Amino acid sequence: MISETQTVQFSSIALECGVTLTPVEVTYETYGELNAAKNNAILIVHAFSGDAHAAGISKDTGQTGWWDNMIGPGKAFDTDKYFILSSNVLGGCRGSTGPSSINPETGCPYAMDFPVITIGDMVRLQKMLVDHLGIPRLLAVAGGSMGGMQVLEWAVAYPDRVAAAIPIATTARHSAQQIAFNEVGRQAIMADPDWCGGNYYGKTRPARGLAVARMVGHITYMSDDSMREKFGRRLRGKNEFGFDFSVDFEVESYLRYRGSQFVDRFDANSYLYITKAMDYFDLTAGHASLGAALEVAKARFLVISFSSDWLYPSYQSLETVRALRSRNRDVAYCELPSNYGHDAFLADVAEETDLIRGFLASTYRSLS
Amino acid sequence: MAANATMNAEPFVRELLGRRDYAIIGDIIQPGAKVLDLGCGDGELLAWLAANKRIDARGVEISGPLVQRAIARGVSVFQSDIEEALSDYPDGVFDYIILSQTLQETRAPLKILREMLRVGRHGVVAFPNFAHWTVRLSHLLTGRSPQTKLFPHDWYDSPNIHFLTVTDFEHLGIQEQWTIERRIFLAGQRHVHLLPNLMAEVAVFLLRK
Repeated sequence: MISETQTVQFSSIALECGVTLTPVEVTYETYGELNAAKNNAILIVHAFSGDAHAAGISKDTGQTGWWDNMIGPGKAFDTDKYFILSSNVLGGCRGSTGPSSINPETGCPYAMDFPVITIGDMVRLQKMLVDHLGIPRLLAVAGGSMGGMQVLEWAVAYPDRVAAAIPIATTARHSAQQIAFNEVGRQAIMADPDWCGGNYYGKTRPARGLAVARMVGHITYMSDDSMREKFGRRLRGKNEFGFDFSVDFEVESYLRYRGSQFVDRFDANSYLYITKAMDYFDLTAGHASLGAALEVAKARFLVISFSSDWLYPSYQSLETVRALRSRNRDVAYCELPSNYGHDAFLADVAEETDLIRGFLASTYRSLS
Repeated sequence: MAANATMNAEPFVRELLGRRDYAIIGDIIQPGAKVLDLGCGDGELLAWLAANKRIDARGVEISGPLVQRAIARGVSVFQSDIEEALSDYPDGVFDYIILSQTLQETRAPLKILREMLRVGRHGVVAFPNFAHWTVRLSHLLTGRSPQTKLFPHDWYDSPNIHFLTVTDFEHLGIQEQWTIERRIFLAGQRHVHLLPNLMAEVAVFLLRK
């Protein structure tokens, strides 16, 4: 499957912070065909560092999509049956408008003049895209981690536009621990002298800070088990300690590699803005309880968590499930066993596939 | 009996009704009803009721692999302890709540029955009768914990932790002032009408507050 990225521009979007962004662009990919009844569209929403390229081989870069093991002919999100839509989030650096985009008022990148965005703003832009594509109601919105937050936001912001919601390995509100890890990442970036208050475009980028931020992130995506299995205490390319501060252990080498790789594809300011959006996310804000917040939702829910995920632990998914039950909403929930930690929703897909395939099929049947 | 008609309907159903109380439950549930099945296993009964009775089907199951199979077949099942699952729901949101062959495995059966009748308008309870004559005979003759077709486990690996009889349940109904709307007693494929506490292997009660 060859996939192609497209971009659409809208004249403006009003943001939660009070600022109106003019204009705004959103980058997206689609797979499969929209049927005549227009009731087979599924929106895939990506996690923190993801992008619109969710599946297939990119026509531009030759790279495989980030959820290619889940999206395609015969896969969980079966492109023979469904029309799959995937877009890059607002504030990102992979096509949609973000801090590295050109500010039309100055002709320079926004940098820190970019307004602070929220998960709600990301979803509002996705809704504009869905309207633009003429989709009256999505069969499903699905995503993991930050994608799951967008799924929950969709279910309450546009209850009549979503038949099914699949929030995976996520939470209805960021916890102190989650905010703390994000803050470490932000401080690493802002402490890098190359960050220059965000005005590094066209100059040296804050690569060291961004790499450290990513290293911290990667630790939180794995589990103690998966790290022990993958690295143990193995040394990297040597039989004895170096007695210096070069790379000794495999795990150090891996983290450094991941960090340096990330710097090439991600913008440090997007890191700041998107992590802030996650930290601000709290579905209960302005409501007496999570149940009260979810009261407006009409979708069927399939909530999935993973046993070894300590970044978005199962108890957070259960909070959502119990809140939905308290309002007698249709909710299926399963904690899947996995050693992969938070990464499981991307890596450990066999059981996830069975759940999603069955859930989508029964939802689709009920609509036809 | 309508139940027998259901059992003869199609091979799949008959196979399913290896747990014979399924046929009876299928007969009790009104079409289009909102149904919650407690301890629903892999969702077989719910899937069958959804397909044949167009019910709004929900289920609770504690075993992860069974929940996975239920969701994979398209039934809305959530992984939870039965007690905790019920406590979240508002009053009277289901037409029927089913507790099939599970009551004897729960830690707090009375609490669960009361919760069932709070959250559901009707309760459907099916359980193996511990006073069936084979159980009595096994206990009397061997002097050991009864082992029968219905209760095949050794005492140390039995999932059953509360043993109850038809008479026990009737007494509880009086004590709790429940209205028993229907009683169905079974032995094998046959309906039992005489001396149910002695002759019934499985009892099915339809009750409300």
